Amino acid sequence: MDPSASFPVVMATYVAFAFIVAAYLCCFWRLVRGPTLPDRVVALDLIAIYTLAVCAAYTLLTGDPVFLDVALVLALTAFLSTVALALYLQRRMDKS
Amino acid sequence: MIEDLQHWTVAILLLIGALFIFISGVGIVRLPDFYTRLHAATKASSFGSGLILLAVALHFVDAWTAIKCVLIILFVFLTAPVGAHMLGRAAYFLRIPMWQGTLVDELKGQYDLERHTLSSDSGQDADPETAKPDQP
Repeated sequence: MDPSASFPVVMATYVAFAFIVAAYLCCFWRLVRGPTLPDRVVALDLIAIYTLAVCAAYTLLTGDPVFLDVALVLALTAFLSTVALALYLQRRMDKS
Repeated sequence: MIEDLQHWTVAILLLIGALFIFISGVGIVRLPDFYTRLHAATKASSFGSGLILLAVALHFVDAWTAIKCVLIILFVFLTAPVGAHMLGRAAYFLRIPMWQGTLVDELKGQYDLERHTLSSDSGQDADPETAKPDQP
């Protein structure tokens, strides 16, 4: 926790966390419920982007920008996993 | 004074970004079929995370942090459309059903799903009502 963080930034960060957690819950609902496999893939991709946003917003609370590296690597792996799952879906269609 | 301005700008950018992320979460639950959910998930969430990263870059007045934030924003804005396009393409190949209120499906009857070829002879096997709504 950064003692020099100003009041509006800390309050806005907590409110932003609340919004992002609500979005996480919606996304998990779609991940469990999702009628087809591509719906679940979209939900997983979205969860990765939400985690990126949480990592970015958490640097404002700690005052230490080291979490941005986590966000960068997360963006890379999220893109790779989305592309791999999309290729898998297409390959599966071509076989059947 | 100028620090107050910076803090309030950071807070407002953060709140708008979180609001866009929340809108994407609402969209992925409420929208009726896969393609519209893909539309909600990709654009709103990448714009929201971009705004949050912009707030982080404004909060730390530091060149290296700003470079990292701009790098992440550029990467997300480049890769989100590519991933969404690949997912939508795979879903179309898997014949994921569209919402019954869908008006235009320009590939309907024009695309050979076995050989992955696109034919352009309009009117022969395309449904004229759904494929060409603007031409009599």
